[in-house]
Amino acid sequence: MIKFDGKALLGWVDARFPLTKLWKEHLSEYYAPKNFNFWYYFGSLALLVLVLQIVSGIWLTMSYKPDMTQAFASVEYIMRDVSWGWLIRYMHSTGASMFFVVVYLHMLRGMMYGSYRSPRELLWLIGCVIYLALMAEAFFGYLLPWGQMSYWGAQVIVNLFASIPVIGPDLAVWIRGDYTISDVTLNRFFAFHVVALPIVLLLLVVVHIIALHEVGSNNPDGVEIKKNKDPVTHLPRDGIPFHPYYTVKDIVGVVGFLIIFSAIVFWAPELGGYFIEDNNFIPADPLKTPEHIAPVWYFTPYYAMLRAVPSYFETQVWGVIVMGAAVLIFFALPWLDRSPVKSIRYRGPIYKSFLAAFILSFLILGYLGVLPPTPFRTALAQFLTVVYFAFFLAMPWYSRIDRCKPEPERVR
Amino acid sequence: MNQVLKLLLAITVSMATGAALASAGGVRLDQPAADRLDAASLQRGAQAFVNYCLPCHTASFMRYGRLTDLGFTEAQIKAAFVPPEGKIGDTMTNAMRPGDAKAWFGALPPDLSVIARARGTRWLYTYLRGFYVDETKPTGWNNLVFKDVGMPHVMWQLSGLGRLVEKEYAAHGEAEAALSKLKGVAELVEKHEASKDGKETVKYVLRSVEAGKGAMQPDQYDSYVVDLVNFLDYLGEPAKNKRIAMGYVVLAFLLVLFVFAYLLKREFWKDVH
Repeated sequence: MIKFDGKALLGWVDARFPLTKLWKEHLSEYYAPKNFNFWYYFGSLALLVLVLQIVSGIWLTMSYKPDMTQAFASVEYIMRDVSWGWLIRYMHSTGASMFFVVVYLHMLRGMMYGSYRSPRELLWLIGCVIYLALMAEAFFGYLLPWGQMSYWGAQVIVNLFASIPVIGPDLAVWIRGDYTISDVTLNRFFAFHVVALPIVLLLLVVVHIIALHEVGSNNPDGVEIKKNKDPVTHLPRDGIPFHPYYTVKDIVGVVGFLIIFSAIVFWAPELGGYFIEDNNFIPADPLKTPEHIAPVWYFTPYYAMLRAVPSYFETQVWGVIVMGAAVLIFFALPWLDRSPVKSIRYRGPIYKSFLAAFILSFLILGYLGVLPPTPFRTALAQFLTVVYFAFFLAMPWYSRIDRCKPEPERVR
Repeated sequence: MNQVLKLLLAITVSMATGAALASAGGVRLDQPAADRLDAASLQRGAQAFVNYCLPCHTASFMRYGRLTDLGFTEAQIKAAFVPPEGKIGDTMTNAMRPGDAKAWFGALPPDLSVIARARGTRWLYTYLRGFYVDETKPTGWNNLVFKDVGMPHVMWQLSGLGRLVEKEYAAHGEAEAALSKLKGVAELVEKHEASKDGKETVKYVLRSVEAGKGAMQPDQYDSYVVDLVNFLDYLGEPAKNKRIAMGYVVLAFLLVLFVFAYLLKREFWKDVH
């Protein structure tokens, strides 16, 4: 009988691959601040949703047909004839929306506690690129069910590129591979959705975590735990090993998240038309424009801005520029903030008011983007667009003059 | 460039008109008193669907065999639903040629597999009760919910010949009161009229469908449509009942797991100060 010796096996592997080293560096000896609160669940939850999307996506791919004559029917085939197909599909559609819920809250956490500030600027920038990749992934995926909203949503978004001066129309044809959204477009969007962008996303997430573990996690107090180390052990006094402390804590977060996630999957998978739109149960018809086209909720704040900007010099490109700038301005955040403190806990009233106004403008713009425009709604969207940008553009000024409280020496 | 402009303009205009229509009220959509767990109602609905809808429409994502969900046996399904030369595993299609359909109705009758998910059950319930006689239409029918629809009222022998009744009111409150009194399909429309001195007067027109005399009493017909809509709702998502029932099991498990996950965390974190 062969005696199994786990230690010897691990030693054999460690001599050839840094398994124990990696485990220690990233889990058992990665020291994280001990004062993480509720907001620190969303990083690990984003990772969970990514895995959920990849796994459910693989199973969907087994039955889905990226062909304009079969795509809609193959989704219904999954819903009816594939064993547990409905569950896999709803997990994927709910996961798409929940990915954005989690990522938006993760970003808000970073903003509240100044996690983008030195030395974490690059970490923040990588995160912004992940956000862009996620938007692209969601956009490509939304065409695949080949319903009316899939089709016309893609039509509107691709036409945004067509509004770029000079090269626009050719660029749009190049993206679609055709003069309209067609079978060619569906096939290439499928390729991007299931191969190209998942690879990009996974790579970026790995890079994001490597960068995080290099600089160390920020915390709700915004003070560096590495500044206060035990002279003997050289370990941060306010740090605790990620494993087991934060692994067991994140399990609580994961189960809490799964409770909400499952309630949606099993009891309200369309979530009143916000997660799956009613019109998407009508097969795509290139000859019939729906009365009301709205993207899925996670794009509606930007969509509201796009619609709010009037056209000048007979071009719509200004709205597209504003919309693009609204997304890209997140990249500049580390260099806009001039405050002496990082965390909202020690910030003054001006920053808090601006952040509150920013959050409200984002939410209300999101709601306006779902609704058909009226003159009042457009005016409101214009005002809120200004508020949204004021948060960023006025930050170098207000973050400096704000009356901050002194930061503590150590976390509380 | 022009294309984008036109598309965006078209969307904006259509959205604006959509909003205008919506703000004017539109047809009141009635809630069907359907019970998704009522097998007898679903069975009656399936029968009605096969008798009245399937001759022209299809449900091409639905297999006959799946009707066992509703409590039918395979033998019953074969006898009552599957066409003579068909098999139980076939999808619910019909023998109508698309070219004929287009010539007869002006448009291809839509597939009904997921119609309840696209339109909603309230819309379907109101639509199927909203037909009235209109001599100006090729089919002789019009519908209060779906104006100038190509579909004739196939269940007219059951409901009788509905008539459109229009009543004008000068005051909005009066019209609202009359609307809430009416039981059937009805809508309130604003009518703007310019009088001789150039002043604009607004009148409120209550448009409703007055039931005719058919094989069924109006209440009977309504409940017949409830069963049909109940079936269409099932047809839209056959796994729905299973999904909802399973949700309770999953949530119960997760809630118990949550308690243990929390206790585990508390145990580990005892030594963190």
